Amino acid sequence: MTSTVPSSTPGSDSTIGRTEGPILVVEDLTVTFPTEDGPVSAVQGLSYSVEMGKTLGIVGESGSGKSVSSMAVLGLHDAKSSQITGSIRIDGTEVVGLSENRFRKLRGNTVSMIFQDALAALHPFYKIGAQLAEAYQVHHPNASDRDARRKAIEMLDRVGIPQPDSRVDDFPHQFSGGMRQRAMIAMGLINDPSLLIADEPTTALDVTVQAQILDLLQDLQREFNSAVIIITHDLGVIAEMADDVLVMYAGRCVEYGTTKEILTHPEMPYTWGLLSSIPDISASTDARLIPIPGNPPSLFSPPTGCAFHPRCGFKDKVPGRLCYDKMPELATGSGRVEHLKRCHLANPDAIYRAEVLPEIAPDLVEEIR
Amino acid sequence: MFAYIVKRLISGFLVVTLVSMAVFALFWYGPSSPAKPICDREQGVRCIPERLVAYEKSLGYDNPIYTEYGKFVKGIFVGREIAFRTDVYQCDAPCLGLSYNTKQPVTHELVSRLPATISVAVGGAFLYLLLGVPIGVAAARRRGSVADKALVSSFLFLSSIPYYLFALLTWLYLTVLWEAPVVSDVGYFSPFSDGPLKWFGGLFLAWVALGIFGCTQYTRYTRGAMVEALSEDYIRTAKAKGLPARTVVYRHGLRAALVPVVTIFGIDFGSLLAGTIFTERIFEIQGIGYWSLQAVGNKDLPVVAATTLFSAVMLIFSNLIVDVVYSFLDPRVRLS
Repeated sequence: MTSTVPSSTPGSDSTIGRTEGPILVVEDLTVTFPTEDGPVSAVQGLSYSVEMGKTLGIVGESGSGKSVSSMAVLGLHDAKSSQITGSIRIDGTEVVGLSENRFRKLRGNTVSMIFQDALAALHPFYKIGAQLAEAYQVHHPNASDRDARRKAIEMLDRVGIPQPDSRVDDFPHQFSGGMRQRAMIAMGLINDPSLLIADEPTTALDVTVQAQILDLLQDLQREFNSAVIIITHDLGVIAEMADDVLVMYAGRCVEYGTTKEILTHPEMPYTWGLLSSIPDISASTDARLIPIPGNPPSLFSPPTGCAFHPRCGFKDKVPGRLCYDKMPELATGSGRVEHLKRCHLANPDAIYRAEVLPEIAPDLVEEIR
Repeated sequence: MFAYIVKRLISGFLVVTLVSMAVFALFWYGPSSPAKPICDREQGVRCIPERLVAYEKSLGYDNPIYTEYGKFVKGIFVGREIAFRTDVYQCDAPCLGLSYNTKQPVTHELVSRLPATISVAVGGAFLYLLLGVPIGVAAARRRGSVADKALVSSFLFLSSIPYYLFALLTWLYLTVLWEAPVVSDVGYFSPFSDGPLKWFGGLFLAWVALGIFGCTQYTRYTRGAMVEALSEDYIRTAKAKGLPARTVVYRHGLRAALVPVVTIFGIDFGSLLAGTIFTERIFEIQGIGYWSLQAVGNKDLPVVAATTLFSAVMLIFSNLIVDVVYSFLDPRVRLS
């Protein structure tokens, strides 16, 4: 891996010439797909923002709307087969309803995305270098083929591909899984984007390579001072990478706050479930994993009230039939910093410490006390 | 790569050898003596058993089959002499026998008819791709729309019509009812050297019939392959790079979708080269297909055998080309 010298510390002020404020602001985003069985809202009322140099982690199960919402940021949904409302502002530019031609100039340039399973996401018939060069040239129309190739080699070197000047002429199938993901990252960063969206960048990789890729992403983020959204269902990745966390369930945000706050004082039973289901390597080998019971709800017929109530083990602690009948609002939690949660529980922190924490991390309970 | 081609050529040669044996065996073990048609032709009702034996003896059909197959193979490489009773004819290499009908070497006539068949094949195949691929791409991009559904179902209807009926109707409507001016020369094949316009006029109708009918299946292949390609992850990546829609569809989508289409095309082109019997018969084009049909009617067995062997060689050869081209189209396929 190349040694990267951080040019600025995370969270430091943004690049010169950029407007102040967050690079990405999403407000009340709803993505609906009309289907033969009626419209399906894959994302509803989602709001978040990301600042330069910061990392937002989006967690949730498959089908919770993580990828759909991020693809909406890049405008990757087919306009004919999807309906997007709300507001997405990239560096101050409203992109919901933006013309395809203007949106195209942001894609891969101001905002870029790296996908999971790089083998499928890279074109099998074109050389790695050609694919990188294409990404560069589309936003640098004046760059010659030779310039683009040099840039591609430089980026491959930057992401730690050995012998980049010969590997640049390899096809994706000649790369190993980790190298493909590095090449994917190189392609995402080739135009020095302000915002990088990484959609489960390590899911298809083995554990040691996962760690390398995450390190690489962090190094590059420091170097480029870009904002990063990392989509994952692995809270370990979140803990390592993210400054803020957004937990999604059934297309809605259910908990949102700083990583430290969310991981130490989670206030939504779904987040508790995610935390409980992490295997603990130090636990006794006989200890059972604690899964979240049930399956994610069908978006065709979401449950009434709180979407999580059919799977929630704590709904009895809420008086009456509130959980069954009323969708909780996204409200400020009882935490010390800004912490939003969507739950009817009155004293979630107390319940978490009394009932959940002893199950998953008994030693931690002692510490907190 | 080179080693692969050599290997494929050797195995192709073996297949051709086997096919030639099979063809020769069919010729030999037919329902009656292979000399019977020529005896009937020349003697009529007087083809009594004694005369048939005389024919068989002069043609060597009284020898064992392997001796005669050996002579047949030798004729292909160095030529040989063939006698019909007392008349001896020279048949130069590559000799595929003499026509019972004309007593001329089959190879000469095959070569003289080749330009007609190649012209039909090239024009038809060109239309396959020229019409089939763009329509297929357009349908795939509008997948599920009314236009797409109408196109798919009408093309399915079209390709469900038997080809000979379709070609006959094309011929009927364009020449008889509408008297289309371009096709006034229809009825014979005119070599390219007689002037391109005449050549074009004589073949135009055949191309239209062949092209329109054949393009329906290319539309289906292309549409299917494009729908699949456009739903691949790498298409999403291409969009995410900010590439214009046209680049995404053609450079990324079509590039991948063309691989199966080209594979099928190679084999189709081979069978077009082997002779298009219906097309040549209906549009009166003196190509190999028409000739083989006439030979069957005339019981001109050497011609039937030669055209069958020629078809087999064309198909084997086109398969070889497809395999080599495939390795250029899809870098994941390494030939070794």
